[in-house]
Amino acid sequence: MSRDLLAKKKNFHWDRIFKITATCAGAFVLLIMVLIFGQLLSDSWLIWEKEGLSFVTGDRWNPVEGREAFGALPYIAGTLVTSLIALCIAVPLSLGIAMFLSEIAPTSIREPISFIVELLAAVPSIIYGLWGLFTFRIVFKDWFESPTHEALGEHIFLFRDAPFGLDILTASVVLAIMIIPTISAVSREILLAVPAIQREAAYMLGATKWEVFRMSVLPYAKSGLIGASILGLGRAVGETMAVTMLIGNAVGPKAFPFGFFQQGNSLASIIANEFNEASPVSMYFPALIGLGLILLFVSLAVNVCAHLIIRRVTNAHEGGIKGF
Amino acid sequence: MSSSERRLEFRNYFQDNLGKRMVTDKIVKIIVIACVVIAIIPLGSILADVVRMGIEIISFEFLTALPGAAGSGEGGIANSIQGTFIMIGMTSVIGIPIGVLSGIYVSEYANSRVGKLIRFFNDVMMQFPSIVFGIFAFLFIVLVLGKFNLWAGAVALSLIMFPIIARTTEEALKLIPDTYREAGHALGLPKAVVTVKILLSAAKGGIITGIMLAVARIAGETAPLIMTILGSKGWFRGTETAMDALPLTIWRLSLLPYDEAVMFGWGAALVLITILLVLNMSVRYLVLYRKGGSGSLGMFMRITGGKK
Repeated sequence: MSRDLLAKKKNFHWDRIFKITATCAGAFVLLIMVLIFGQLLSDSWLIWEKEGLSFVTGDRWNPVEGREAFGALPYIAGTLVTSLIALCIAVPLSLGIAMFLSEIAPTSIREPISFIVELLAAVPSIIYGLWGLFTFRIVFKDWFESPTHEALGEHIFLFRDAPFGLDILTASVVLAIMIIPTISAVSREILLAVPAIQREAAYMLGATKWEVFRMSVLPYAKSGLIGASILGLGRAVGETMAVTMLIGNAVGPKAFPFGFFQQGNSLASIIANEFNEASPVSMYFPALIGLGLILLFVSLAVNVCAHLIIRRVTNAHEGGIKGF
Repeated sequence: MSSSERRLEFRNYFQDNLGKRMVTDKIVKIIVIACVVIAIIPLGSILADVVRMGIEIISFEFLTALPGAAGSGEGGIANSIQGTFIMIGMTSVIGIPIGVLSGIYVSEYANSRVGKLIRFFNDVMMQFPSIVFGIFAFLFIVLVLGKFNLWAGAVALSLIMFPIIARTTEEALKLIPDTYREAGHALGLPKAVVTVKILLSAAKGGIITGIMLAVARIAGETAPLIMTILGSKGWFRGTETAMDALPLTIWRLSLLPYDEAVMFGWGAALVLITILLVLNMSVRYLVLYRKGGSGSLGMFMRITGGKK
């Protein structure tokens, strides 16, 4: 009997230790988030103190000692512009793919294509960058950028700069290619989650496939698809390597995105490019950390929106033929 | 709108113009197929290029020798391959226990409000730009120790890894019916024993899948490594110095102005893609064929399975 008690006591002990360990691991994510924000804020404190809000709104970038000036606006704009262009290209294509995979494709090719799309979502961004730098950039410049520049360059300011291949449009298109697998995989799941009864009701009325999609699937899945797109936007905002290799890495006022064929820069790519050049004791270093903090806030805002939208959708399970 | 008006509207819409509607349907189908083709071309071109260029350069020497002089076309990338596997190992040592325990906490111990909160933060952290983790590890470890080192890299990557594992573990544990837990408690087993001996072994497949997905994700990360392990041209020399990894090599070689260096970059890309493909294929095998079809876990894998 005493041995039983002892065993129980020992077990009890381990039980508590296990629970405490698991709780610590659960709380770890909160701790790390606070640590990351705290660390970034404290190490960029100098720049906020010196430049104040003009760090966010300024456009000059000069790390030379004595003449230092730091403004993040061109890179914030660069991040948002490249991500939005990428989104504009990727969302229609991804919706097309998702619609094809969930509505149109015969079952025999559904699986192979989904498989390819999902595998491509696992290719690391450095490989997209390598391909963009040595294959896509050249093809894209010869077949799209140069002809467009020649035809429209004099009339529309967006196409004014002579294309070089390393510019905002190239980076955006490669970003679009990178986020297509993500958006289409999530969109496909959302379309497949639409209850069959939605489709059947529309078919029963004699609707064609497109009408079924438009009047019974799309309204039901709409907010989920918006969430999937914002998830893609979040990915584009934080993307570093491929953009760094393709965007041209301009600094200062001329990095502000005014045209498609202009060299630009984004928050993530300027950090990746200049981080190892900055001495931790100069003002240059806190400025780069400050860019990191801004990037964190931008991506946080985008992703929280996406999660809230997606969560609202996955919680809702009712619907009828809406939006006819 | 009253229901009779609505019925009328439906009837008017569906009775007439069938020919026109069929044409619209056809056009939409063509547009959709065009979307698929337009998207598949660049994606296929990437894989084709990596394989075509990579195959040319890969040889026994390429896989087993140290890099030669820059642009000479001699030597190999063995130190980067070694570095990538060491990074995966060290990251897993830190990231897997935290991830699995965190998943256990959310699924088994937390009340629903705290659980929801932690799950939400795990989701948010999964989407953080990876370069931020690099900056954090640089400030937190590299600056403190005064040198680029393995630990900084492993910490940065494990911060990317553990939320993925935590979420997959949680999903896998949730799929286990409560009768398993009740049976364990009926035997008088303490909760820790029920969790470790019964639940973890029942959820093994799902948890391993999550771990492999997380490994595939971190193996391709580049940005955090630039600021933590820097890169090197020699073999791994201990945890206290700079080291190399495949993504870093690709990045460095792609910036060099020599064709030979770029060819080496393609070779390294092929090696990296092969490692990732093997990992992803095994995951697919585990989820689809061993676990039998796709439950909510399968869906979760597919959604999070991609790299961020």
